[in-house]
Amino acid sequence: MPDTLLFYLFATVAIGASALVIGQRNPMYSIMLLIASFGALSALYIQLDAPFVAMAQVVVYAGAIMVLFLFVVMLLNAPQEDAAEWDRTHPLRRPGVARFGALLAGLLIVELVWAFVRVNDANAAVAARGDVAEISSVRSVGRVLFTDYVFAFEATSILILVAMVGAVVLAAREEKR
Amino acid sequence: MIPLGHYLVVSAVLFAIGTAGVFLRRNLITILLSVEIMLNAVNLSFVAFGRSQGNVDGQIITFFVMTVAAAEAAVGLAIVIALFRHRESLNPDAFTSLKW
Repeated sequence: MPDTLLFYLFATVAIGASALVIGQRNPMYSIMLLIASFGALSALYIQLDAPFVAMAQVVVYAGAIMVLFLFVVMLLNAPQEDAAEWDRTHPLRRPGVARFGALLAGLLIVELVWAFVRVNDANAAVAARGDVAEISSVRSVGRVLFTDYVFAFEATSILILVAMVGAVVLAAREEKR
Repeated sequence: MIPLGHYLVVSAVLFAIGTAGVFLRRNLITILLSVEIMLNAVNLSFVAFGRSQGNVDGQIITFFVMTVAAAEAAVGLAIVIALFRHRESLNPDAFTSLKW
């Protein structure tokens, strides 16, 4: 079962790298590990017969967004988190808050297990339905994107324009008046 | 073949890691990275659901999530830069002027 083996390999890499992302004190290492996690996720997308999403994941996420993060970290020469300060001031160090959080996390796990056991669909193979060539081709993705979702697609362009203007306005140095 | 539930479990674990990162880290950059992890977890479940239903809608919503993530990263990092200029710090505890 090479499929199953590969799935477990990439899922382990994605989860492990993501866990290490939030375990680092240096944001530079966090970004590098997150790129590894995104690479593993794009392999999972290929297993799900979505090669275009996988490529977009690598190009847009690992390529563009993470480089943006890297630039900001390098530009700011960002200080690392101070371990001693973290231990002293973090709100989760307070016993009441920590117990409440642990309770919520336990409840979430119980709920998830209950949901996955109850739902029959979750045990069916993921590729049960649909023609693989139809789903994975860029042609069919593009056709649906530019017919059924064309309004959302155009609205996205306005969103990006607003984000671009907003980023320039926010990050611009204030002029001396 | 791999059951749908396996993908959903991976997605849920990734989302939980992202949530924990937002609450545990004290660095604005790492907090934004945790938000990216959460968005990716949701993307994975969208694609898995779309594949199990046999249509491309899951993939298309993933593209919209990616564009929103790009916009969010641009604006979020611009805010981080502006804040860093004012306080020389990335610790969210340094920005409590609006705290009641």
